[in-house]
Amino acid sequence: MDFRLTEDQQALQAGIRSFCDDRYAFERMAELEKAPLERERWRELAEMGVFSLRLPESEGGVGLGWAETVLVFAELGRRVVPGPLLWSHLCAGLVPGAAAGETVVGGLDHTRASSDPVVVEYADGLDALIVLARDGVHRIDARKLAGRPIGVPLDPLTPLTHVPELPAGERIGGPDRVDRLRLEAACLVSALCLGIAEMTTELAVEYAKKREQFDRPIASFQAIKHFAADMYVRQEMARAVVYAAGATLDDPSVGDVARAVASARVVAGEAAMKNARMCIQIHGGMGYTWELPPHFYLKRVFVLENAFGTGDEHSETVSERIDA
Amino acid sequence: MDLRYSDADEAFRREFRAWLGAEVPKHGKPPPRDDWPARRVYDTAWQRKLFDAGYAGVNWPRAYGGRGATLTEELVYYEELARAHAPYIGMNFVGIRHGGPTIIAEGSELQKKTHLPRILRGEEVWCQGFSEPSAGSDLAALKTSAVRDGDHFVVNGHKIWTSYGQAADYCELLVRTDPSAPKHRGISWLIMPMNLPGIDVRPLPTLQGESDFAEVFLADVRIPAENLVGKENDGWRITNVTLRFERGTAWAADIIELKEFLADAATLAKKLTRDGAAAWEDKALRREVGHLAAEADALWALMKWQLGEIQKTGVPGLGGSALKLAFTELKQRVYELGMRLLGRAALSRDDVASLPAGHVLTQFLQSLSLTIAAGSSQVQRNIISERILGMPKEPR
Repeated sequence: MDFRLTEDQQALQAGIRSFCDDRYAFERMAELEKAPLERERWRELAEMGVFSLRLPESEGGVGLGWAETVLVFAELGRRVVPGPLLWSHLCAGLVPGAAAGETVVGGLDHTRASSDPVVVEYADGLDALIVLARDGVHRIDARKLAGRPIGVPLDPLTPLTHVPELPAGERIGGPDRVDRLRLEAACLVSALCLGIAEMTTELAVEYAKKREQFDRPIASFQAIKHFAADMYVRQEMARAVVYAAGATLDDPSVGDVARAVASARVVAGEAAMKNARMCIQIHGGMGYTWELPPHFYLKRVFVLENAFGTGDEHSETVSERIDA
Repeated sequence: MDLRYSDADEAFRREFRAWLGAEVPKHGKPPPRDDWPARRVYDTAWQRKLFDAGYAGVNWPRAYGGRGATLTEELVYYEELARAHAPYIGMNFVGIRHGGPTIIAEGSELQKKTHLPRILRGEEVWCQGFSEPSAGSDLAALKTSAVRDGDHFVVNGHKIWTSYGQAADYCELLVRTDPSAPKHRGISWLIMPMNLPGIDVRPLPTLQGESDFAEVFLADVRIPAENLVGKENDGWRITNVTLRFERGTAWAADIIELKEFLADAATLAKKLTRDGAAAWEDKALRREVGHLAAEADALWALMKWQLGEIQKTGVPGLGGSALKLAFTELKQRVYELGMRLLGRAALSRDDVASLPAGHVLTQFLQSLSLTIAAGSSQVQRNIISERILGMPKEPR
């Protein structure tokens, strides 16, 4: 047993981090807001291997595993990288062109009966829309989507379209495939949440060290320090459990895959939500402005909380597997 | 990111599990908590069995009779102890986990020869004389004085929260030997035989109504100077030495027990009736249990993550603070859930109507001490924010 990252994994992490730090820097936020899903940027992500990471080399992929995938998605979370990342990654072997970033794939999870409005993310930029339903995986031609764009989406980097009626599609996979995709998607969501939990801690600590009130940095007040310590603990718990989920997906002999993923989703989801909120609080008035980045993180957390099962649903999954 | 145990670790697991399977049932149930002589026999006899089978001092170096286990072997060791519901380390705790390791690291040859084999065999029980009424979180403010008089130290003072004080043969005692030096630089570490004249041990009933702790009053106690461990006034550094031995596995057994309790709580909830249906029918309860279990999974993973860090650096990192903070607070929430699940049965200290009130109450009440002892949650948050996150100290 050696839970540490291998040298290759560290290099992969460093590579994707420097790419995201550059291409998705906070200075480019305004640019991203105008065009969250832009073809050229999407192709860059594809070149970085974001979508083809787990596809076997024989199929043109990078041939890596889940351990590497959670590292990459945590980095994407750190920079609130926009776009239907999860769907395009999950469909790399399912929809031609997805891996190379030529076909932009989005999707909807319709496996649970719900009165939620049908709201499609990035509808305008999609080529294919994948719908997970109880009877299987359906592919819809995204150009046939008829809907009304939502004027102001909560997350400025996640544009939405209200689609009252979904057009018919083609069934490309059975219920087994649906279950597996949901499991994998939950793992990716938890990795994105880990990145958010991590970055919001860093932003809050950095700001608290610079911001002075009462003639001293607010980072010297125990009230602030103890919140920051709690953020750090949540981030580290999230990291460990998300990495463990990745390792378990790679090697199911080390644990119960469904429980490992559900636990990761519960813990990382909560870490992201609480840390993003606390990040705004520690930034004080500046945290309430559009100018500073904390609000982007909190808004993205709500997008993720409502993708592939809420935290509550995953808590229930853990409870069903309590003996595992 | 490899979570597989090696073949050697799995072989050790099979061997140790088989041994525990045979020995744990034979050792019987622990005696009543107020029966100190019986508890001493029970705890130390178990230590002796571990020793005879080669399982004592799992992380002690082989040169001192320990097992010298690798980190992962140590993890397997604690996992199996927890799964077998083996007797708690109990009265052997301070000797095996604290005093012994300190002597290994800093003691003289004579001190090593005198104490280490006896601690391993369960022949010596140790207690801890660190805290004082006005030196808790600020331990370095301790006042108990030791004045050199020929080849003795003459000690006067008042220690509190001395675990197993009533039964101990020796005490790891922190004393002030230089009152004029800055507070961290005037402290020494002494081995105090508990049978010396001038030692008055008074049981300290806790909110549990039990007295695993004592207050120890010291009046002109003459301790031989050869019982000084390390150098005079170097006691604060020596106190931190045992941290080198706590290799991040300290909470391993506790985390597993927490996970097991949550599974037991689910089983219990299926039997209990609440509001006209099985308690487990309550979605909110299932979610709460699932949420707590997810956090326990995360802690278990975090411990393995930190072991990896220790393999890299050789020393436990500051991450231990995060683990301690998270585990102790989670344990309180888990057993508070247990209390709520038991309902009115939780009003009894003993099992009632074949419900496990005794276990749940004991664990819940005990968990209240965990966020206070060995660096309170607030102290851990200071450590994390200052030493890991680099935030400035509060002006003092």
